[in-house]
Order: sequence, then structure tokens, then C-alpha cells
Amino acid sequence: MRVLIICSIFAGSLLAGNEDSFLLRGATIHPVSGPDISGGMLLVKDGRIADLGAKLAVAKGVRVIEAKGLHVYPGLIDSGTQIGLAEISSVRETVDAVEIGDFNPQLQAIVAVHPASEHIPVTRANGITSVISMPSGGVISGQAALIHLDGWTWEQMQVRSPVSMILQFPVIQTGGRRFAAAAARTPFAEAKREYERRFQQLREFFEQARRYQKAKQAGGPGFQTDAKMEAMLPVLEGKLPLVAHAVRERAIREAVAFAESQKVRLVLAEAREAWKVTGLLKEKNIPVILGPTLELPLEEDDPYDKAYALPAELHKAGVKFAFASFSTSFSRNLPYQAAMAVAFGLPYEEALKALTLYPAQIWGVSELVGSIEKGKLADLILTDGDPLETRTDIKQVFIQGRAVDLDNKHLRLYQKYMKRP
Amino acid sequence: MIRLCMSLIAITTLAAPPIVIRNANVLTVTKGRFQGSILVRDGKIIEAGPKVMIPEGARVIDADGQYVMPGIIDPHSHIASESTNEGSISVSSMVSMEDVLDPEDIAIYRALAGGVTTVAVMHGSANAIGGQCSVIKLRWGRDAQGLLFDGAPPILKFAMGENPKRRGTPTQIPGVPSAAPRYPATRMGVIDVMRQAFLEAAAYRDSWRQYEAKRQRGEAALPPRRDLKLEPLVELLEGRRLAHVHCYRADEILAVLRLAQEFKFKIAVLIHVLEGYKVAREIAEAGTGASTFTDWWAYKVEAYDAIPYNAALMLRKGVLVSLNSDSAELMRHLNQEAAKAVKYGGLSEDEALALITINAAKQLGIERRVGSIEPGKDADLVVFDKHPLSNYAKVLRVMIDGEFYFDRDRDMSRRAELEARKKALLDRAREREKRQAPSRRRPS
Repeated sequence: MRVLIICSIFAGSLLAGNEDSFLLRGATIHPVSGPDISGGMLLVKDGRIADLGAKLAVAKGVRVIEAKGLHVYPGLIDSGTQIGLAEISSVRETVDAVEIGDFNPQLQAIVAVHPASEHIPVTRANGITSVISMPSGGVISGQAALIHLDGWTWEQMQVRSPVSMILQFPVIQTGGRRFAAAAARTPFAEAKREYERRFQQLREFFEQARRYQKAKQAGGPGFQTDAKMEAMLPVLEGKLPLVAHAVRERAIREAVAFAESQKVRLVLAEAREAWKVTGLLKEKNIPVILGPTLELPLEEDDPYDKAYALPAELHKAGVKFAFASFSTSFSRNLPYQAAMAVAFGLPYEEALKALTLYPAQIWGVSELVGSIEKGKLADLILTDGDPLETRTDIKQVFIQGRAVDLDNKHLRLYQKYMKRP
Repeated sequence: MIRLCMSLIAITTLAAPPIVIRNANVLTVTKGRFQGSILVRDGKIIEAGPKVMIPEGARVIDADGQYVMPGIIDPHSHIASESTNEGSISVSSMVSMEDVLDPEDIAIYRALAGGVTTVAVMHGSANAIGGQCSVIKLRWGRDAQGLLFDGAPPILKFAMGENPKRRGTPTQIPGVPSAAPRYPATRMGVIDVMRQAFLEAAAYRDSWRQYEAKRQRGEAALPPRRDLKLEPLVELLEGRRLAHVHCYRADEILAVLRLAQEFKFKIAVLIHVLEGYKVAREIAEAGTGASTFTDWWAYKVEAYDAIPYNAALMLRKGVLVSLNSDSAELMRHLNQEAAKAVKYGGLSEDEALALITINAAKQLGIERRVGSIEPGKDADLVVFDKHPLSNYAKVLRVMIDGEFYFDRDRDMSRRAELEARKKALLDRAREREKRQAPSRRRPS
């Protein structure tokens, strides 16, 4: 017994030097997955949440962080960004998100994540601790990764990769997406043929992958490994969700039917007309990654608040969703997208969950992140209030128990030029 | 007949009963905050204070627990206009947004629903000297003429940096014939285009002065030929028109400030001005205003040093600062943008709200009419359900010149009816299509 106590003291003093172990004391804990604990204690050990409660018996020597009057929430998750893949959106050389070719399931976003991107410290300073970083080219764009916004290398940043296969679901597109290409409008008939061609190619690509799967299982002579086909296997096996970007009703319905016919797990992204198909989404249990709430309505005659009220509508219909910025430089504003949804009818608790617990569940990482629970990674934010309000300050951000530096390019320039005589 | 109807409308407006908004949390912006009432009559704010006498026959609106602030002013937007850029030439000062105002742009209503009441409709930034701009009030339902903000000083738009030089080195878009390069292609060229134009304008002004002098002396003289391109520039040189300059980088900001000094005029507003914080001292010394975004950055190289502290830092260094949207979406929640200036740089509530009201009004030269809640000013008011700097705040009503142009309850209650009407129209169109093509079937 005496030996044990000595050991724990010894361990305690060791812990004191350990930057990813501490006791956070006095803050209101918002676990998201359970009731709030005001003036509680939160024990973090080796980067994971060891315990939480109103009062914990804690070994001596543990580093204590006093946080009276503050609030602790799980780190926020942005379910759609190009952080690490794109630095300055208009400068080609700094963008690694769009590859040549329509079918590139073998591409892995994770290997192109630039750990020194200025977007990383800027984004995490506002409480975003992990993001989905996704490619966006062609029809099958490649594999997305869930990354921590902290780490010396992309390997250290990686929470899980791949977390999904990205599909730009084919649509009839007459206008160029970019302002500059507006002059290059395609006639409808031609756009429709192009859409049909892409859709057909998509079906054939999946069939090809299935034949490959069978050939591999059969293991006959002459079987050759193919990188594109290999990448499709986890999708066909239902292990890796297919994220289909489908904005309008037609694309959403077709994506749902396609996923069903292929027996793959589907997640919809940027489904701005999801409100037209809530019954279907609920019935098939298909989660939605919402595009920005602070967005104009799609149609001229849509109600002005259509985008603001979409999350509330989906919630009422029982459709599961997570928020995403689908941006790089605006990722830090993710909590305000959720706040606007609350102003237009979404229950506050749901908004918070759609930034934390729900994305963790959708991406299959709820054993690691998304709430403050024993055993999960200590991705935490310490605030002086509600993190969905702009005026709230993020006092500290912990990623895997380490207090990350909140300094960033913007703060540095501010401090530098504030001092300019 | 139309004229008769118009005059009837005018009479009913004049005869409209006074309106009292009471029990509200009133954020005046210039005179602090109080709990009380606002009396509106004939389109003007008559009284505002904790205790206001309710005149007989007044329409009383209870705003218990709600917040009233002055109508939001967006000094840089491209809504309500049928076109934006006359980008074929580098100096297009003869074109005017007033000729292409589109009163049916749904963006007007959507902006209203975000609490915006006054907007400067700007020419684009495709060329060094763009076009003349229009200041409008969002009187949704009126015609183009009815949108104009009477008495607002005229504006001429200038642009620097990447946008105006882009046509100098056109990007190749596959399938699109590439345009011939247009001078300028560099920041040196942009400032040169401006200087050449002002030299021409000064010469043109002098030729008119000489002509007038000769006439005064009774000498025979032919008037110079009118030049519609140079006239707005002369107005600018004579202080009868405001210069709004789209700019990003510190070097170009300084260059245009020095150019204005060279030609002895004052630039009213530097727009976007994302590196304004680097030369805040010089901007303040020039007495020039700055209208910026809060946190847009990294969308192009000249926006890579943009910081969300820009507004607060410039304000602290003595610059008159406002926020602008440049976007039909962002303009719908400029109140939330103002909150970012509290977060980034620690402005007070009043300072933050001033960024989207009185400061913008000063920059547009309309501060005696709008921008704060003070007796005598236009009754342009926004009612929020919560404090407008909260992300949960929703606009309930918007008043312009004493009339409600947005009412959330009314908007909500009309939706089912509008939806039914739309469906009926679509059904009828489909029916007609069917009748007109009875047996046409596509081969399967």
C-alpha cells in the first residue's frame, strides 16, 4: 500500500512535467453528451479525458489549471474544409484540392496537408480543433481526412484517414461555376448529355470496382493490384462512407437511389434542398453535412430565411446533420453558422451537437472526439461564455491535452502594427 | 390616372398617423442607450427618450424586450443593379449606376430583412476609374427613381491592385477566345492611368474657366466641347463629388493618397482597404475614411495580410471606419460583422454599431439624415428581437422614412398564400404545355 502511494506521488510529479496531463478545476463543463456540470473538475491524463465530475479525488502533484467562471466544451469540428490543401484560393500554386481526371478515388488528402498553413492557427484560435480536409475535383475526387489543427507533420495531425470518399454527384450544369467562366455557358442539351455521360461513367466505375473486388477474392493467376480499384474496396464493403455533394433535390434523390443500388453508405454534403426530401432522408437514415447557414436562398422566390431555417427543418424531420464551412478562410466562423440556425428555430443543444458529437458519429470517430467523456481525446476549448456567440473569447484550446498556441498570423500583424509609431 | 394615384398615395402618406415604438431598448448609436419610446411622424424621428408623450391617434407598437437601432447602412454593394462593370476601358467615369438600377432585385428585400435601409450601389472594380455610383434606400416596391436617396452627394468609384490590372494579363479560359490585354497590367500602370485622367480633367476644367472668364469680360468665345468622361473628375477636383477607392495593399493606399494630394482633393473613402492597418496614420492624416471587411482573407494575394483587427486598429489610430459587405449575402447580417470588431480589437458596443450606421453615413455625406436615432433624422429604424450584436438576434421589422418595409410576421403569414399562387401558376403552365404538345413522345 505504502509503495503504491509513493508511486502515485512519483507519477504525480512526473505528470507535472507532462504537458498533456492536468486537472482543470472550477469551470462549467459542457460534455454535450450529458448534463452540464457547473464548477466541476476535469482530469486529463496523457492527452485523454481520464475523469470528470463535480468533485474528483485527485492524486497530489497533478498540474492544476484554475478555470473558475470559465466554460469548457469539446473542441468544434468542421465537417468540410480544404484546410492544409489550399492557402490562397486564387493562386493555383497554393491549391492542392483539384486533380486532373474524373475518377481519382486513390488520391489521399492527408498526404498533401501542409502543416505550416497559416489557416491552421487562425482557425483553431476560434475553437475549431479538428476539420475534415477534402479534395474536390472531377466526379470521384479522392479520400478526405479528419485532421487535428495541431501537429508538426500531417502524420501527427491525422485523426483518421481516410474518413470518406468524396463524390461530386453529376448534375446538369449549364453555367461555369466561376465568375470568370460565366461567358462560357453550355447549351442545355449539351449540358444534359455531359451529365448523362458522367453518370453513366460513374455507374460503370462502380461496376468495374465490383468486378475487381470479385477478381481479388478469387485470387486467380494474373491478378494485378490497381490503386484506383483498391481505393474503392472500403466503399463497396460499406466501411468507408461515400460523401456525395448534391445540392438540389434531383441530385439528392439520384444520389440516394445510386447509393442504395450500390449498397454503399451515403453521407450527403451541401444538400441545400434537403428540406424537399426530409422524409426520404429520415427513412433511409442518411446524414447530411450542411453547407453554410449564412447563405442566400437558392431560388429567387424562396423565403429569405430558407438557408437560416434549413437546420431547424431537418431537425424537426429527424434528419441527422453536422455543420461545415466548405471553406478554408471562413472555417473559423463555423460556430456562427450554427448560431444563425438557432436564431431561426434549431434548439441550442442540437446546434452544439451538430458541431461536436454528430460529426464525430457521422465520421465514425465518436470513440475519439465529439464530447467530453472518459477515454476520449482531450480536445477541449476553454471560453468565457457561449462559443456560438462572436463576442465570446476563446481563452485556451487543448488538442489531445496539449494547450496549443493561440498566436497566429492575424494576431501577430495586429500587435506589430498597433505598435507602429 | 397614374399621377392621380401617386398624389393620393402621397396624401395618405402625409396623413398617416404618427407611430410610437415603445418599451424598446433603444440603441441610438450617437446618444447612448435607453429604455423608452420613439415617436415617428411624416417620415421623421420626432422624439426619442425614456418618456415620450403618445399623441392622439398614434399607432402604438409595443417593443417590449426588443431592440431598436438605426437602419444599417452598407457603403459598398452591388445589389439592385442590372450590371456592375464597364470593364472594356480603363477609365469609364461617364457611366452611371443610376441608369441600370433594378428595383425588382430580390436582394433588396433580403437585405431589408437583415436590417439594411441605405446602400451605396457601386460600379465594379474592373478598371482604374470605374463609374458613378448611386446611394439608395431600400424602398422595396418602389420604382428605380423611388429608391434614390435624394440629396446624397454623387460618388465616383476608383479601383487599385489586382482587379484593375487583371485585364492587363488576361487568364486563358479553355474554349473562350482570350481578350486583348488592356493597359494597365501593374500597380505602376494603375496609378499612371489615374494621374493621366486627372491631368486631362484639370486641363478640361481650365478650358471651361478660361471660357467663362472670356465671357465675363464680354469677349467672343466658343464653349469647350462637353466631355462626359471628364466632368465627374472635375466635380471631384472641385469637391462636388466623393471619391471611393477600392484598394488592398499598403503601397497602393499610400500611392492614391499622395495622388489626391497632388491634385488637391480629398478621397472620401478607401474601400476594402485590407492593409489599411499598416498605414492607418497616413490615412488618418489625410482625413480619409476607410470601409473594410471584418475577416475576409486569403482569397487572393493582396488579401493575404488581411486581419480581422483592421477596423478596430484603424479606428484607434483616428480613422473614420465603416464596414461594407460587397455581397448580397454578407449584407444581410452586418450586425454580426460589427460584433467581430468587438471580438477582434475590443471596440465598445457603440463603436461597433457605429461601423454600420453613423460612420457609414458620414462617409457617404448623409449623416444629417441617417445613421443614428436622433430627433429630426429620417425614421429609418430596425427592430431586433435580441441585442443586434448577438448572433441569435433576428430582425423583426424595418422602417424607412416612417413606413414599414419589412415585417417578419407579415412575411411568415404570406408564405402559404404565395406558395399556393406559385403552384397554381406552374400547374397552369404545365397544363398548357400538355395541351400544346398532345402526342409528342420521345422515343425511348
